[in-house]
Amino acid sequence: MITTEGLINFGINVVIITIKIAIVLGVTLLHVAYATYFERKVIGHMQVRLGPMRVGPHGLLQPIADGVKLFFKEDVIPENADKVVFYLAPVIFMAAAMVNLSVIPFSYNFVIADINIGLLFVFAIAGLGVYGIFISGWASNSKYAFIGGLRSSAQVISYEIAMGLSLVGVMIMAGSLNLTDIVIAQQNSIFGIFAIPQIVAFVVFVIAAIAETNRTPFDLPEAESELVAGYFVEYSSFRFALFFLGEYIAMFIMSSLGAICFLGGWTLPWYITRVLPFLSYVPPVFWFLIKVYFFIFFYYWIRATVPRYRYDQLMAIGWKILIPVALANIVITGLVKIIL
Amino acid sequence: MDQVEKILETRELNVNMGPQHPATHGVLRLVLDLDGEVVVNVTPYIGYLHRGIEKLGESLSYFQALPLTDRMDYVSAMSNNIGYVVAVEKLFGIEAPERAKFIRTMVGEMSRISNHLLWLATHALDIGAMTVFLYCFREREWILELFEKICGARLTVTYPRIGGVRNDVSQEFLDSLYKFTEEFPSRILEYETLIDQNRIWLKRTVGIGVISAEEAVSWGLTGPTLRGSGVPYDVRKHAPYDAYDRVEFDVPVGSEGDTYDRYRCRMLEMRQSNNIIRQCIEKLPAGPIMAEAPKLVLPPKDKMMAVTHPDQKHAFFIDEKVCKGCGMCLRACPAKAIFGEKKKPHKIKQEFCLGCMNCYVTCKFKALKIIPGGRGLGDEQLAELAKQPIPEEITKATELLAEHFAYVKRGPRVPEGDLYVATEVPKGELGFYFVSDGSGKPYRMRVRAPSFVHAQVLPRLCIGHLVADVIANIGTIDIVLGECDR
Repeated sequence: MITTEGLINFGINVVIITIKIAIVLGVTLLHVAYATYFERKVIGHMQVRLGPMRVGPHGLLQPIADGVKLFFKEDVIPENADKVVFYLAPVIFMAAAMVNLSVIPFSYNFVIADINIGLLFVFAIAGLGVYGIFISGWASNSKYAFIGGLRSSAQVISYEIAMGLSLVGVMIMAGSLNLTDIVIAQQNSIFGIFAIPQIVAFVVFVIAAIAETNRTPFDLPEAESELVAGYFVEYSSFRFALFFLGEYIAMFIMSSLGAICFLGGWTLPWYITRVLPFLSYVPPVFWFLIKVYFFIFFYYWIRATVPRYRYDQLMAIGWKILIPVALANIVITGLVKIIL
Repeated sequence: MDQVEKILETRELNVNMGPQHPATHGVLRLVLDLDGEVVVNVTPYIGYLHRGIEKLGESLSYFQALPLTDRMDYVSAMSNNIGYVVAVEKLFGIEAPERAKFIRTMVGEMSRISNHLLWLATHALDIGAMTVFLYCFREREWILELFEKICGARLTVTYPRIGGVRNDVSQEFLDSLYKFTEEFPSRILEYETLIDQNRIWLKRTVGIGVISAEEAVSWGLTGPTLRGSGVPYDVRKHAPYDAYDRVEFDVPVGSEGDTYDRYRCRMLEMRQSNNIIRQCIEKLPAGPIMAEAPKLVLPPKDKMMAVTHPDQKHAFFIDEKVCKGCGMCLRACPAKAIFGEKKKPHKIKQEFCLGCMNCYVTCKFKALKIIPGGRGLGDEQLAELAKQPIPEEITKATELLAEHFAYVKRGPRVPEGDLYVATEVPKGELGFYFVSDGSGKPYRMRVRAPSFVHAQVLPRLCIGHLVADVIANIGTIDIVLGECDR
C-alpha cells in the first residue's frame, strides 16, 4: 500500500542516496587525479628528483593538465579492431571499478548501499573487471595487447582466489559479510584490528591486492619493457584515460578493503583511544582515509623499490605459496573459533 | 573429426619486437616465435642504424675519420676514440707522450664507468627496478659534466688525438675527478642495496642466459660478457696499451656464466675503473701532451692561433705577378670576396674578407701575401705594405697552418701495410683493422665491434626461456646498435 508518508520517505531516501553518490564520485575522481600526482611526487623524491614542478605551484595543476590533454587527444582506433567491443572494454573496466565504491563504508552510516553481502559483492564486481581487460586485449587485434590481456586475466583470476581465501579468516572472525559489520566486529574485538590475529591473511591480502591491481612487482600485463603497455597498448585519448582511472580506482578499492577488513576501517583500536582520549574527537572518516593512504603509499613505495617478477614466477607464488598459506590460515582460524 | 583437428591446429605466435621498442637498446629488431610465454625461436635483424662508417672512413683522412668513431658506441665515445687513436698511432709508428697516455687511460676508465652505469640503469629498468635507473643517471651525469669540463662535449667528445690528446687537463678538473673517485664507491653500494641481494632480482638473473666458457669463446664474446663465464681475457692485461701496464687493477671474472655473474663482473669492474682513475691522477707525469712527430700529428694549435684567429685583423693581398688565375682561392672563399676571370690574376674585395685564411692555404703558387693589421686598408696601401718583409713568427705560423690544412684534408704520408689493433672498450674488444696504401686515407677500414659479435648470441641465450628473459638477455650482453650497425 502506498501512503503519502511512504512516498515522502522514499523521496528523501532517493535524495540522500543521490547526494552520497555525487559526493563519493566527485571525491573519488578528484582523488584519482591527485593520486597520480601523489605517486609521481612520492616516487620522484624516492628517486632523487622532484616529480612534476612546472604546472602550477609545485606542479599542483599537473593532473588537471594531464586530464585536459588526454581529453583533447585524437581517439585512434586500429583498423582491424573489433570496433564495438573495442569501445566497450574500457567502459566495462571503469564501471566495474566504480560500482565497488557503492558498498565501501567510508564512515559509520556513510555508505551508499549497506548490503549484507558487501565483501562478496566486491569480489564479484572486481572479477567483472577482468572482462574489460581481456576484451580490450582481444579486440585490439594486436599481439602485444593480446599477450597482455592473457597475462592479466590469468593473473587476476589466480590472485582473486588467494585474496578471497585470505578474507575468509576475517569473515569467520567477524561472522558477517557486511563491511560495516566487519568494522564493528573489529571495534569490539580484543585487538581492535584484525591485522594482528589475522597477520598471515593480512600479508597474503596485501600481496594479492597488488597483483590484483596489476602493480609492480606484478605489473606483467603492462610490463613496459616487454609488452610496452600490455592490454591497452592500442588505446589512446580518453579511452586510455578510462583504463588509467579504472586502475587507480581499483587501487583505491583494494586499499579501502584492506583498511576495512584488517585495520578497523574508520575506528581506532580501544587501547589507542584509552591512552590518547582526545583522538576520539577526530571525525572517523579521517582515520579511514589515513589508513587508505597508508596502503596507497605502500603501493608507491613498492613500485619504487623492487624489480618485476617473471610470469611463471608470479603464477608459482600465487598458486604454490599464497593459496596454501591462506587455506592453512582458514583452518587455524576455524579451529580457534571452535575451541574458544 | 579430421577437419576439426585441422581447424584447431596450434601454431606459434609470431611477435615482432623492435626496432621501436623500449627494451631493445636502440633499434634492434627481434622476431620472436612464442609458444605461450616460451620463446621457440629468435631472429635478430640488425642494420637499422647503418651509416656506413667503415666505408666513410675510406674517403676521409685519418684525422677526419676520428669523429666518426664517436658515433659508433655513443654511450662510451671516449673509449672508441681511444681505440681508433691507438690503432692509427701504431700504423703511423708514433707513440704518444707519457702524460697523454695517462690522461687517455684516465678518461677511458671514466668512459667505462659511464657506460656501465648506463648499462646497469637500463638493465635494471628492463627488469623493472625503476629507482636504480635514476640513481645511475645521477652519477652518469656527474661523469658527463667532468667530460664537459675537460673538452666541452658531453657525449661525442673527440678528445683524444692521433699522437696525444686535444688539450691538457687542468688542476681543477683533476681535483673534481678525484672527488668523484672518493664518492663513487659509496654510490655503487647504494645500487647494490637495491638489487644485489633482492630476491626478485636474483630470481630474474640467476640461471638466466647461461653460457659456458668454451661456448662463450667460440661465439667470440669479449669483455664482461665473456668474463662472466669465467674467462679472464682482457685486452688491457694481455696486450696493454696506453698506461695500462703501469697501473694496478684486477680483472673480475664470474663462474656460472649467467646474467647475475655478468652483472657482478660489471659492478666489480666499475670499482676497478675507479681505482685506475685514482692511480692515474696520482701518477700523472708532467710533460707534453702531443707526440713530437712533424707531419704525422696535428701542429701545435697555440703557435698557429696567434695568426689564424680572425680577430687578428690581417688582410690578404694577391701578387699579380705570381697568380696564375687557377681559381682555387675563388672556390675556397666562403665570403665570395675573391673575384676575377680564369687565367688572369684575381683580386680581393677587402670589405668582404673574413680573414679565414682559406684562400691562403689553398693557393699552390704562394701568390697570396698576408699583411698583419691590414684589414680595412685600400688596395694601393696593401700593395705598398706587401713589399715589406713579413715577420718571422707569422711566416712560421702560416706554414703550420698550411701543414694543418694538408694534414686534415689530405692526410699524412704513412707506411704501407695492414694491421689490426684491439683495445678494451666497456663492451668488449674493439678492434680496428686498417689496410694502408701509403696515402693519407685508409684503403680499407674495418671495425670489429663487440656489439655486433654479441648480438648474434641472442638466439642461443633466449630459445627455451620466457619472453621476460629475452629482455634480461638483451640487457646482459650490453649492446649498442650504433656500434653494431656502424
